[in-house]
Amino acid sequence: MTDAQTQIPVTVLTGYLGSGKTTLLNRILSENHGKRYAVIVNEFGEIGIDNDLIVESDEEIYEMNNGCVCCTVRGDLIRVVEGLMRRPGRFDAIVVETTGLADPVPVAQTFFMDDDVRSKTKLDAVVALVDAKHLPLRLKDSREAEDQIAFADVVVLNKTDLVTADELRDVEAAIRAINPTARIHRTTRSGVDLTEVLDRGAFDLKRALENDPHFLDADDHGHDHACGPDCDHDHHHHGHDHHHHHDHGHDHHDHAPSAIHDVTVQSVSLRGGEMDSKKFFPWIEKITQMEGPNILRLKGIIAFKDDPERYVIQGVHMIIEGDHQRAWKDGEKHESRLVFIGRELDRERLERSFLACQA
Amino acid sequence: MPTVAPLDLDSHCLATAFIADVPYFALADGVVHRLDNGHKWSELHDGLLATAYDAAKGRLITGGEDGKVLAVGAGGASEQLAEIGRKWVTSVAAGPQGAVAFASGRNAYVRFADGKVKELAHPRSVEGVAFSPKGMRIGAARYNGATLHFPAAEGKPVELEWAGAHTGITFSPDGNFVVTTMQENALHGWKLADGKHMRMTGYPAKVKSLSWSAKGKWLASSGAPAAIVWPFSGKDGPMGKAPLELGTRGNSMVTCVACHPSQEIVAVGYDDGMILAVRFGDAKEVVLRRAGKGAVTAMSWDQEERRIAFGSAAGDCGVIDIAA
Repeated sequence: MTDAQTQIPVTVLTGYLGSGKTTLLNRILSENHGKRYAVIVNEFGEIGIDNDLIVESDEEIYEMNNGCVCCTVRGDLIRVVEGLMRRPGRFDAIVVETTGLADPVPVAQTFFMDDDVRSKTKLDAVVALVDAKHLPLRLKDSREAEDQIAFADVVVLNKTDLVTADELRDVEAAIRAINPTARIHRTTRSGVDLTEVLDRGAFDLKRALENDPHFLDADDHGHDHACGPDCDHDHHHHGHDHHHHHDHGHDHHDHAPSAIHDVTVQSVSLRGGEMDSKKFFPWIEKITQMEGPNILRLKGIIAFKDDPERYVIQGVHMIIEGDHQRAWKDGEKHESRLVFIGRELDRERLERSFLACQA
Repeated sequence: MPTVAPLDLDSHCLATAFIADVPYFALADGVVHRLDNGHKWSELHDGLLATAYDAAKGRLITGGEDGKVLAVGAGGASEQLAEIGRKWVTSVAAGPQGAVAFASGRNAYVRFADGKVKELAHPRSVEGVAFSPKGMRIGAARYNGATLHFPAAEGKPVELEWAGAHTGITFSPDGNFVVTTMQENALHGWKLADGKHMRMTGYPAKVKSLSWSAKGKWLASSGAPAAIVWPFSGKDGPMGKAPLELGTRGNSMVTCVACHPSQEIVAVGYDDGMILAVRFGDAKEVVLRRAGKGAVTAMSWDQEERRIAFGSAAGDCGVIDIAA
């Protein structure tokens, strides 16, 4: 294993054309934050800054030859990162800008699936820029816009000055419906504090929880169910009335597809007691093997019976990673929580089989 | 006993070469060092990405982050062969009649000795280029196979298909076989006469270094705790045959291989910096260099078959004198 200190953090920046990515990139390159960034872009295009650490690269998606359709990597990134890392003293971190239509998954998986890339770099966070004005339209005409939000750790909800308060609320609710765990920042002109998008450690299981101890407490955020302007049901009920037939005692929470139409990503939040590790690990492996193509992200905190430490787990499609995070605190409730973000997830089956892993 | 004359540099060494009997060390920072009556160097690129030794012309072809392709000859003299603007040149190759090939993004280019450049566009990224030893023919490694072109003539290229990402390419010295390195831990080969496939798998890591032995009888490779050496003397290459495993070490991976110019011996470099020489016939090993600061990334033999110039990922380079 490589020393984590030598691993260069990588931030992935997604977002549609016009969402403000270039503005944010220019800020990252020009503001006085004391760090040097190597930036991998699809086209030099609008970036007005001359910097030999800006590398142009053709997005090149390679399917791994292992029979798994969701095992994709960005071949060009493997090459560019390898080249950059031969001269490591030049920069402190890497930012990868994707094209507007890009699927964020191959980018992220590159940092887990390629041994060379993985040994030298670590995925820090996936940041999605969203144009508040045009998001509803984007969600209508493309699946990528939705994927980008579903996959993000941080959503920068940009151009908020171009919409009314009501529109903004609806757009934010749509984002929440797609991705209940992402941090959302409302901005204009990509004016988000750079510390909110860089060096987040969102894929670092331990840090992700320190930064946002409530990241799985979807219920505690008090967010709204997303409803479009022509939605005719009560906006303040979290959409829970869809699920009244669940009569067991577990405080689960689900996000049905958003009422801003054309949203196909859903999230399933599961909650249970202490788990039997002999049941849980085979289960999560089986679920990710079978449902991998439908699972965009999964995150969880698991309480194992007779284990004094909290176990944290995360996944991208079929790739799952887990580790002990810290000891359970005195008086802390030993409960397990797991959130799946994806498509065509069978919530009932997930829940039933998850609860069957309880000790 | 072999002796080592160290040359401690401070950047990843991409390639070594002997040019007019002088050892050269090409580093990722774009500086090419040489031991020519003392330590001398020239700064050629702002970032070096690819190199190829041109044995026929006695020069090193280099491609950089600055979009330039250069040739470095005796005395460190360099000549610019091509410039494609602000794009990375990620692979270079040296061919017959002074021709040079290079790749950037989805294009392969062939520059003929008269300075004319032919651009060969591909639908996907060109990951590696190599010349066939016979005729003016180049191969481009790409996603799902390799494409072979005759750049001096018009006509359709030959497509060699095999699912997966192919990252590097080499022709056997007799021109009968093409072998690619893959994103997976494998090599793939084609027998050109009939297109037959050769699957060379079982590596625990990606193969990054390949070297043909004298007369192309064997192909040595990195990517395992031993040098994996495939037999190519039969008419069907390594099909149905097991490779030799030379210089096996339990705790270290082979990162670089360089076959002896005339004998069946391979220099094997490891990720801890150690270098062994191993004979094919009896697998007898000799330690040429003890472990150093970084993984061995480059090795080359001199024409007298007496010295090996080597370099590492950490920049600790040097020259091994075997006969001393």
